[in-house]
Amino acid sequence: MAVETIVGKQSIQFREAPHIVSAASIVGKKEGEGPLGKLFDQIEEDPMVGQASWEEAESALQKKAAGLAMEKAGPGVPPVRYLFSGDLLGQLIATSFGVMDLKLPLFGLYGACSTIGEALMLAAMTVQGGYSDAVLALTSSHFGSAEKQFRYPLEYGGQRPLSATWTVTGSGAFVVARSGGRARISGATPGRVVDYGLKDSMNMGACMAPAACDTICSHLEDFGRKPSDYDYIITGDLGSVGHTILLELAGKRGFDLEERHLDCGMMIFDSETQDTHAGGSGCACSAVTLAAYILPKIESGQWRRVLFVPTGALLSTVSYNEGQSVPGIAHAVVIEHC
Amino acid sequence: MKEFQERGQSGAAPSGQNQAGFQGEADVQLSDQEKQQYGEYVKQVTPAHSLGMQMIKAFVTGGAICCIGQGILNYAGSLGLDKDTAGAWCSLLLVLLSVVLTGLNIFPGIAKWGGAGALVPITGFANSVAAPAIEYQKEGQVFGIGCKIFTIAGPVILYGIFTSWLLGLIYWVLKLTGVV
Repeated sequence: MAVETIVGKQSIQFREAPHIVSAASIVGKKEGEGPLGKLFDQIEEDPMVGQASWEEAESALQKKAAGLAMEKAGPGVPPVRYLFSGDLLGQLIATSFGVMDLKLPLFGLYGACSTIGEALMLAAMTVQGGYSDAVLALTSSHFGSAEKQFRYPLEYGGQRPLSATWTVTGSGAFVVARSGGRARISGATPGRVVDYGLKDSMNMGACMAPAACDTICSHLEDFGRKPSDYDYIITGDLGSVGHTILLELAGKRGFDLEERHLDCGMMIFDSETQDTHAGGSGCACSAVTLAAYILPKIESGQWRRVLFVPTGALLSTVSYNEGQSVPGIAHAVVIEHC
Repeated sequence: MKEFQERGQSGAAPSGQNQAGFQGEADVQLSDQEKQQYGEYVKQVTPAHSLGMQMIKAFVTGGAICCIGQGILNYAGSLGLDKDTAGAWCSLLLVLLSVVLTGLNIFPGIAKWGGAGALVPITGFANSVAAPAIEYQKEGQVFGIGCKIFTIAGPVILYGIFTSWLLGLIYWVLKLTGVV
């Protein structure tokens, strides 16, 4: 029986679900000391990664993660033909300088912290569409470069509100191909820009929760599924505040996520001992958690089906200073055991 | 949260459309009133630092910095310096101390604990100049340090000077008119 490709209002079902054949995660020291520390492929002790600046350090992380993911894919997987990658820095400089040496055609993406969701669904569409046998989905973030761009210099003294999140230093990479591996991308729901009018860039969980709710609920409606059809629905970096709000908003739309919701931002750090407040954030937050924690559980069959929903806050220092609100976006990818 | 639920369900929002938006009509934007309601709800579920504790910490930190300042002042006075010169030495040494502690990445920890207690005295001002100098040094002497050293302190300097000019002007007018 042929499976519909276009599903509902905004979703995609893949006829021959492309596989995630390998994944790589590289993180900084603080992430390595967190609850998931032992699961990451590499922990980079030097915040500068041997480079001269935060931005170059982030690029180096991308390069390492990409290389490692392709290496882990092994010789049985066809060569990677295209690269989908993005980061948080202005004009995607971490990506463009990081992937240059890979010598792969690049699609540069900006989805704020939701980038890996966007990259994975585009990768799956490219493979499913027959435009490539294998593609690489990649993203990164770095605490130093993000703070410098969005907030204050690192040495500036100040207090972070309890709703603030901590940008994850790291990079996650995934090789998506026609076959191989024990996890596949069976569907996707690209998200819309959702704006509930909040202007507090230090409470990004509350800014992004409406977008996460919109994408998750649209996804469930499009596919005619219930939250219980998934082992877990895992958002990217809503943090503890966004988690509370998501449950509330989804409840209003008739979906009880209480039993099913996890958040990468809440899993990657121990907020009690690591002083990260509401949780982790950044493009790498969801990417490295997927690579190191979620994917192995799906591959082993412990989890059969997961809805992976990285979330992004769409702001720049210019939009913020000019008084604009902080809209959110969330992209959902269905990952199944196979 | 309770209040938010009640509002959403009982229709305290005047128009049905607003209420529907809140009930979860798949809408990417809210009306102004719903935005305000969402903002209030978010405020309720967002934890905040305890104000009392913060004030005590700020008092202790600010007090400690002022005690160091007073110590410098008294010592300089005991060496025979007049009040103004001793005051200048006091500011100079506190600024130096703050810049050195910023360079050693110790100051951010003090400010995190002590809040405004560390930031309001001259030590905070010194930190706000030293921190960008360190961060932007990589972008060069001119476009890095030169252009960006006052990104945080700039507004304080500009409006500080402007306010003192304004007060001077008022004082001058009052003097001309014989009020003072």
